[in-house]
Amino acid sequence: MASLKDLRARIGSVKSTRKITSAMKMVAAAKLRRAETRAAAARPYADAMRRMLAEVARSVAGEGGQPALLTGTGQDKVHLVVPMSSDRGLAGAFNSNINRTTRNLVLKLQAEGKTVKILPVGRKTYDFLSRDFSDLIIDHRHLAAGKEIPFSAAAELGEQISSLLEKGEFDVCTLVYNQFRNVMTQTPTEMQLIPLALPENDNADSAQVAAYEFEPDEGTLLSSLLPRNLQVQLYATMLETAAGENGARMTAMDNATRNAGKAIDRLTLKYNRTRQTNITNELIEIISGAQAV
Amino acid sequence: MSIKVKIVSPEKVLFAHDADMAVMPGTEGDIAAMPDHAPLMLTLRGGVVDIYEGDVVTHRFFVAGGFADIAPSHCTILADRATKLEDLSVDDAEARLAGLEKSYEDADKMNVSALDILMGKMQSARAEIEAAQSAIPGMSL
Repeated sequence: MASLKDLRARIGSVKSTRKITSAMKMVAAAKLRRAETRAAAARPYADAMRRMLAEVARSVAGEGGQPALLTGTGQDKVHLVVPMSSDRGLAGAFNSNINRTTRNLVLKLQAEGKTVKILPVGRKTYDFLSRDFSDLIIDHRHLAAGKEIPFSAAAELGEQISSLLEKGEFDVCTLVYNQFRNVMTQTPTEMQLIPLALPENDNADSAQVAAYEFEPDEGTLLSSLLPRNLQVQLYATMLETAAGENGARMTAMDNATRNAGKAIDRLTLKYNRTRQTNITNELIEIISGAQAV
Repeated sequence: MSIKVKIVSPEKVLFAHDADMAVMPGTEGDIAAMPDHAPLMLTLRGGVVDIYEGDVVTHRFFVAGGFADIAPSHCTILADRATKLEDLSVDDAEARLAGLEKSYEDADKMNVSALDILMGKMQSARAEIEAAQSAIPGMSL
């Protein structure tokens, strides 16, 4: 049976753990709010970009010689998988969901006889994948979601993917990321970046007014829109990852704080019981000593 | 009669307001968006966007390239990077231009598309220097 001193020490240590987890929860909540604001601020650009792209793509539909970013290379041999995780842990199953989804995807593609290359974004998924698939990883990046993610981070990643495509290093590019549904739920999602799944044209103006004119021609406009669109999509998923990470951490730390509270209650009960038993024992000893005299 | 003018960068909306006219730097020449303009999509070069109310310029923004979507009732400018004219810094832009000129010297002269991109960036940096100088009182032309 644990001594009173041991129990006191354990209660003290669980209490300080609870302090840490509840502080982390509050920090995550504040960061989540900021990340959500940033994600909302980035949406108008992405929406407008999607409308423009749909409009231009509609007018060139059916013509030959379209950019590879839109139609892919026409083959389906080499797959580039881009998993996106956070840089730091202690966020529940947030990162392990990404890791598991990526692993299953890679194994599935390999079973189909495709060549797979991996470009992990975020330290957690890189650490995990470099154990199993170190020979498939062509490069890796950090997300730096602790700070504010600048658009240039997404722009660099987008440029890297575009130039890999130009060099014919892959045919299909798939992004694995956590879709931010709400603070509690983030769903690991596979999104095909190249060839691009064209967005619906929901431009209210295009139905009412005469056809758009383009300057310079549609082809040039399309080929400068597409790399930008890739970067914007990556930026949006980066912001979602940052928001999701903090949401997941908040939930995880909330659970941890609650569990620590329960553990403290249990330990305190045990401590009091032990103390009472000790007193009873001492009394018995004193009384039986007095009777013997 | 006015149009809704919106200037957005990837990170946020910089300007969203009704205006009478917006003049923007298209890659093939400046274009003014006015109410009932025929629908047009264009690419932008680095330069200054002027927002007019009546005959007065109310807002000036520097955009470093991008796209614009002009329709009869609205005009959306998707800027790669957009700054209010008074927030520009000549020194920053000059440093960037120097860096670009150096990488242009070092660049592979056979890679035409890469040179094109660098040329575009240099043009944008030069336009930024010019715009920043014009924003400083006493230095305007």
